[in-house]
Amino acid sequence: MMEQVERIQVPQGPLFKFGVREKAIIAIGLFATVFIVILIAGSLIPEDSLDVDLYNIFASPSLAHPFGTDWVGTDMLLRTITGLYLSMKIGIFCAVTSAIIAVLLGIAGPIFGGKIDYVISWLVDLVLSVPHTLVIILVSIACGGGLTGIVIGVTVTHWTSLTRVIRAEVMQVKEMEYTKISRKFGKSKLFIAREHVFPHVIPQLVVGTVLIFPHAILHEASITFLGFGLPPHEPAIGVILSESMKYLTSGKWWLAFFPGASLVLVSMMVENIGRNIEKIINQKTAYM
Amino acid sequence: MEKRSGLGIFLTKRLIKLVTLLVAICIVTFVLLELSPIDPVTAYVGASTKVGAEQRALIAEHWGLNKPPIERFMAWFTSIIRGDWGTSMIYRRPVLEVIGQKFLSSLALMAVAWTLSGVLGFVLGIIAGVYEGKAVDKVIRAYCHILISTPSFWLGILFIMLFAVELGWFPVAISVPIGVLAEDVSLADRLSHLILPSLTLSLIGISNICLHTRQKVVDILSSDFVLFAKARGESKRSIIHNHVIKNASLPAITLQFLSFSELFGGAVFVEQVFSYPGLGQATVQSGLRGDLPLLMGIVIISLIFVYVGNMTADLLYMVIDPRIKEGQMA
Amino acid sequence: MDKQPILQVNNLGISFSQYTKGLHRVDLKVITNLDVELYEGEILAVVGSSGSGKSLLAHAILGILPDNAVTEGEIYYNGKLLTPEDMERLRGDEIALIPQSVNYLDPLQQVGKQIKITIKDHEHQDEVVSDIFQRYGLKKEVENYYPFQLSGGMARKVLLAMALVSDSKVIIADEPTPGLDEASINEVLKDFRDIADTGRAVMMITHDIQAALKIADKIAIFYAGTTLETANAADFEGDGSRLRHPYTKALNRALPSNEFVPVAGTQPLPNELPHGCLYSDRCPKKTKKCEVERPRLKEIRDGKVRCLYAT
Repeated sequence: MMEQVERIQVPQGPLFKFGVREKAIIAIGLFATVFIVILIAGSLIPEDSLDVDLYNIFASPSLAHPFGTDWVGTDMLLRTITGLYLSMKIGIFCAVTSAIIAVLLGIAGPIFGGKIDYVISWLVDLVLSVPHTLVIILVSIACGGGLTGIVIGVTVTHWTSLTRVIRAEVMQVKEMEYTKISRKFGKSKLFIAREHVFPHVIPQLVVGTVLIFPHAILHEASITFLGFGLPPHEPAIGVILSESMKYLTSGKWWLAFFPGASLVLVSMMVENIGRNIEKIINQKTAYM
Repeated sequence: MEKRSGLGIFLTKRLIKLVTLLVAICIVTFVLLELSPIDPVTAYVGASTKVGAEQRALIAEHWGLNKPPIERFMAWFTSIIRGDWGTSMIYRRPVLEVIGQKFLSSLALMAVAWTLSGVLGFVLGIIAGVYEGKAVDKVIRAYCHILISTPSFWLGILFIMLFAVELGWFPVAISVPIGVLAEDVSLADRLSHLILPSLTLSLIGISNICLHTRQKVVDILSSDFVLFAKARGESKRSIIHNHVIKNASLPAITLQFLSFSELFGGAVFVEQVFSYPGLGQATVQSGLRGDLPLLMGIVIISLIFVYVGNMTADLLYMVIDPRIKEGQMA
Repeated sequence: MDKQPILQVNNLGISFSQYTKGLHRVDLKVITNLDVELYEGEILAVVGSSGSGKSLLAHAILGILPDNAVTEGEIYYNGKLLTPEDMERLRGDEIALIPQSVNYLDPLQQVGKQIKITIKDHEHQDEVVSDIFQRYGLKKEVENYYPFQLSGGMARKVLLAMALVSDSKVIIADEPTPGLDEASINEVLKDFRDIADTGRAVMMITHDIQAALKIADKIAIFYAGTTLETANAADFEGDGSRLRHPYTKALNRALPSNEFVPVAGTQPLPNELPHGCLYSDRCPKKTKKCEVERPRLKEIRDGKVRCLYAT
């Protein structure tokens, strides 16, 4: 009576689906390559290629000058790449230093607990209590402007969110059996932090560091644009864009468009790398 | 009764924290500006060489600049508490007066942007979340991710080039037309100068609220209670209308109040690009020209502004969320 | 078999695609060759251990499985093969679910309103809710409570009221008893018996075989995503010699009222199911044939069993 028919009611998906993880890895590989290419290109551009060419000023985009030329005839593509190279170096430096601060304070808080934890949380609150832009401006003024000011300013404002993430993570690890046992065996706090806690936060740390970078380069360019960061003679994106403001009304759109768009693209690429790393680490995507 | 006292304790705690943060930020700001190579006297008299060394010494004497830093900090700090925030060097008026006027102007810009980005971001977030994985979701997400990586000032520049220069729909800059007295400016004029800057600011602000709302909607749609609502025969429409919007709106409103810091930061750039005479532009001017009293005043005000936003977010949770509200009564 | 089942699930299979390690993906078969039948006025208890995917059976019947689930097999309601559209129409109306806990209610909406949303007759919403609340001894003010404000007993009644607010013919209760004390369990069970006695069909999905035996007419033994046996409750009486499957027999022996010997071994995980009979890795009567052939469902003594050697 019971017929055993194997009938498929809902159509079955293709046997091999191009899943989340495959896409993520390809995206990471692609964007990381572009990132490195820009870095290499930036470091290879010789200083004198940014020379003045008065016969060729304000040339609109063409094959010879894809991004056009500026008021003294310098090729905007070369200026942009040099600017990106500088921005990216600053961004990497700030991201790494912010991450170091974050990991130190994020682990130290819960491990030592008590007053130290309270002070660290309070410091995070203090930095977050004033708009980042204002903090960076203040630090920049304190340092008398320039590279030092912007690097310290960006670093000071970017360690907070990652610190919170790591702190929350460490709070969990602290309550896990193996850390408790380790503590009972009389291992020192430093030992526990290094052997048990640090390895556990590495995934978050990697994602966090990568995700600080886009914020850092955007902040650097923005503050430089306002006139608090890198000085006008540096080949920075912020400087280029600030300069383009002078020609805003005269229709020289390429002066602002390409350098800004390049910055946006680099920032998006790295943001994308960060999010994709997160996807791979995150257990939830296992089911997608 | 208990509810009231709970709220009272909450407010008292928050107030104490605000005071500690204020004191701390005063000290930090003072130290930072103390470190800076800016000479207040030069900042005051400008670059002109007409002012001789003697006069400079007199000015310094007058402001007590030759006293030790701690003494000066105490003097400055006590006068701040008394309500005397000093005189702005570039505007030659009391700092509080300058801030008051500029803040009002910025408030108009920020309020429009804040409301617009909140509403648009929430609606887009709901749409993206409901159609998770579909084309419309991808477009909205792509938009958000592009905007997240876009510096507000650059977007402002693009808008000026496109809407003001190319299309000529809006004035290029300056909140008040040159040669017209501030009182004579018509409302239409004011509005036309407000549209582009507030549009720029709100477009930037959409991303955050939109992406968070989208995630929240996705979470809600995969929650047990939506599963049960489906099991009871509720249509997708009914589920969105009855469950998703309400459950997603509380975190969205909270988030929007937590964004005062980014809002202020964004306003600094947008005002600079559009020459909008608000607090943001005053921040840049005071920083570039070494108007330390004004800069310190702005730092304090911005802290209070951000703090009020954060506190409102917490308060809203206590007032709106029935789980907290009713829970306190029980 | 003169009576026609109101709900019949034939050969149901549910699988999910999952990443195991790195980029390696497998199809997890959570439910395989599952069969159940539900008759009006009867209680069928689907008994299986916790976390074994029993809830998915309920979700499959209601058509509310997650999008990434792949299903096979057929579900008949009143003799008619159900399409996804039919399921959408029937759920809440003809087939109602009673969830485990108030966590299945919208936390930000008052319970009265949540019930009213699903009542199609808009004009009489208030009365319908008042009536059903009265029937279950719920005070009027409970309508204005938020889910978190409900006490355990109230919550149970509210969930029951929600299922009965429509004129549903089939009630599926998903794990209605966990965490309850003895007295509350008995109350819940009595409620279900009462519902069944009004002519509705009740499917009680549970891990608690003792509770099931108290009220159920039939027991389906859920194991590793399939039903090994569907037996009448009476078959469990005595030494259980009327039971058909070795696993059911072992379960019966494990009951506290009997020998109380636990069944050795554990259920296989969805990703390591035996190739042949799903019980073959634990079965004392296993033969070579069991390892290669999945037994079909056969009828023995007014019950059904998946075992090559069942007698």
